[in-house]
Amino acid sequence: MIINIAPIGNVDKGLIKYIEDHLSRYYNFSTQELKLNLDIKKFYSEERRQYYSTQIIQEAAKFTGNVKDKVLILFEDDLFVPVFTYIFGEAQFNGKHAIVSLCRLHEEFYTGKTNQKLFFERTLKEVLHELGHTFNLKHCHDWDCLMHTSGGIEEVDIKGSGFCVECSKSIP
Amino acid sequence: MSHNSKILIVDDEAIVRNSLLHWFEEDDLDVETAASGDEALKKFEAGKYALVLTDMKMPGMGGIELLEKIKEIDPVCIVILITAFASVPSAIKALKIGAFDYVTKPVDPDELSNLVQKALNMRKLQTENLQLKAQIDSIIKPDNLIGESPQMKKIFDLVNTVAPTDTTVMIRGESGTGKELVAKAIHLNSKRKYFPIVTVNCGALAESILESELFGHEKGAFTGAHHKRKGKFEMAHSGSIFLDEVGTLSPKMQIELLRVIESKSFTRVGGNEVIESDFRVITATNESLENLVKEGGFREDLYYRLNVFSINIPPLRERKTDIQLLAYYFLNKFTSMMNKNIKKISDEALEFLINYEWPGNVRELENAIERAVVVGKSNEVQMDDLPFHRSQITSPDDNSLAAIEKQHILKVLAENDWNISRSAVKLQIDRVTLYNKINKYGLKEYQPQ
Ligand SMILES: [Zn+2]
Ligand SMILES: [Zn+2]
Repeated sequence: MIINIAPIGNVDKGLIKYIEDHLSRYYNFSTQELKLNLDIKKFYSEERRQYYSTQIIQEAAKFTGNVKDKVLILFEDDLFVPVFTYIFGEAQFNGKHAIVSLCRLHEEFYTGKTNQKLFFERTLKEVLHELGHTFNLKHCHDWDCLMHTSGGIEEVDIKGSGFCVECSKSIP
Repeated sequence: MSHNSKILIVDDEAIVRNSLLHWFEEDDLDVETAASGDEALKKFEAGKYALVLTDMKMPGMGGIELLEKIKEIDPVCIVILITAFASVPSAIKALKIGAFDYVTKPVDPDELSNLVQKALNMRKLQTENLQLKAQIDSIIKPDNLIGESPQMKKIFDLVNTVAPTDTTVMIRGESGTGKELVAKAIHLNSKRKYFPIVTVNCGALAESILESELFGHEKGAFTGAHHKRKGKFEMAHSGSIFLDEVGTLSPKMQIELLRVIESKSFTRVGGNEVIESDFRVITATNESLENLVKEGGFREDLYYRLNVFSINIPPLRERKTDIQLLAYYFLNKFTSMMNKNIKKISDEALEFLINYEWPGNVRELENAIERAVVVGKSNEVQMDDLPFHRSQITSPDDNSLAAIEKQHILKVLAENDWNISRSAVKLQIDRVTLYNKINKYGLKEYQPQ
């Protein structure tokens, strides 16, 4: 199973390496980087100063017809879908594409203090969570499981960093 | 879990309906939508929906009128209103006629998920209470809390006894014995199980940030506080808070902790609003708090608050009969994780595992098996796959000072997760000396490569 990682914006190279290492070490994933040159300006809302995530995924899908397995977009800016103030990420349920916004995973966003370790851990959790949706997983009731819903950063931080036994059955 | 958790979304805007539909579908909830109050009412029947989420302002029947009609048909149905900021006053009025709560547009995802979780969990607990839990004696265990030894059976009994009460529990045991798993078992067997158990590792946090970690902060509370954040005690509302390494708390934090445990309320850093939180306290320590109290390092009043019911987890070397079971559990876990075909542990390796002292306890065993699975080339774990040098296996008759020193250093390192500074303090030598001894004896911690 190949996870094609497509960074958009100024995504930390060390972060990508960290995610690649983890995905290939603990899961049966191989990773490769995917260059996606998307014109994302049109998905930017001036009023909200955020990008509309569903539209980015739809745009990406136009260019990934020949890409095998999953496409994971790492997005440096803030994302939204209408109705919600923001979202951490979005995935096509049982589909190919997932997107994770890094904006609100940075500790600087909340405290102004850099904490790279925490930032990497949070990103990994959200990446695996959104990938989980592409493998047909819904939210899980176990707070220790990655598939637990994460409404805010506090919930990202208190949930566990692995899938529960039940959910891991769906991960190849 | 999802039966009886059907949700009805009512909004005249298709884009709102669709975003919410997608959001709730990820929650594994059965979702239906209606584009108007009238359509919603046509679909509505008593007992069909656990929750209705409706817009306030819609052409035709508005949210409030819909709320009233729903409550007539099904008084226990939970109704949450979505309102534009300008209509908040009428939403507040709606609370009086039975709305569960309201959210303003655009909706904070954490607020909405909290509300919905709270509402549905309340319902689950209500139905559970009605069913009068038939059997209590089989406890729910976290997947990796394992053991069939008499010592572990006793622990499971204690968990079973204390879990359903709201008693404060202190878990004692050496590093790596699985104190957090026992904490989780207590939580999972309590009425708080649908809410989180929030872990705070008191030893890992600097005092300067511990306060905002525990109590949260408001936007602008300090330079760089661009957004408010809830603290661990707030997140533990309705659930449990697990304070690991509680003996490492500074005197100042001990006072704060005592205060919050007694009052069940606090303010966020930089805020005035008093936040109330209903949490159960579970603590863990690997040092003798009694000694700390005697030496003045730990408040006596706090000690009595925390040490209401205590559970001692024995070190792995005192329950050797569990080693094989645990080793195979971890073998299974890591082989399926790494897709390797290692099914067995060789007799030689197993004998070593059973006879080894395991200063780092179950965690050390887990690390050893992980390493063996990473490097293993055959379908059997061999002695050479384990992260131990043959020289490390001191025979019982090797009583040379060097052999004993080496074993002792290894034990202290394992107990302190190979933290050199902490280990050096425990050994009462300086870091450089410790490094030299590590090199001299060729001691190695297994490092994931
Ligand atoms: Zn999700
Ligand atoms: Zn799960």
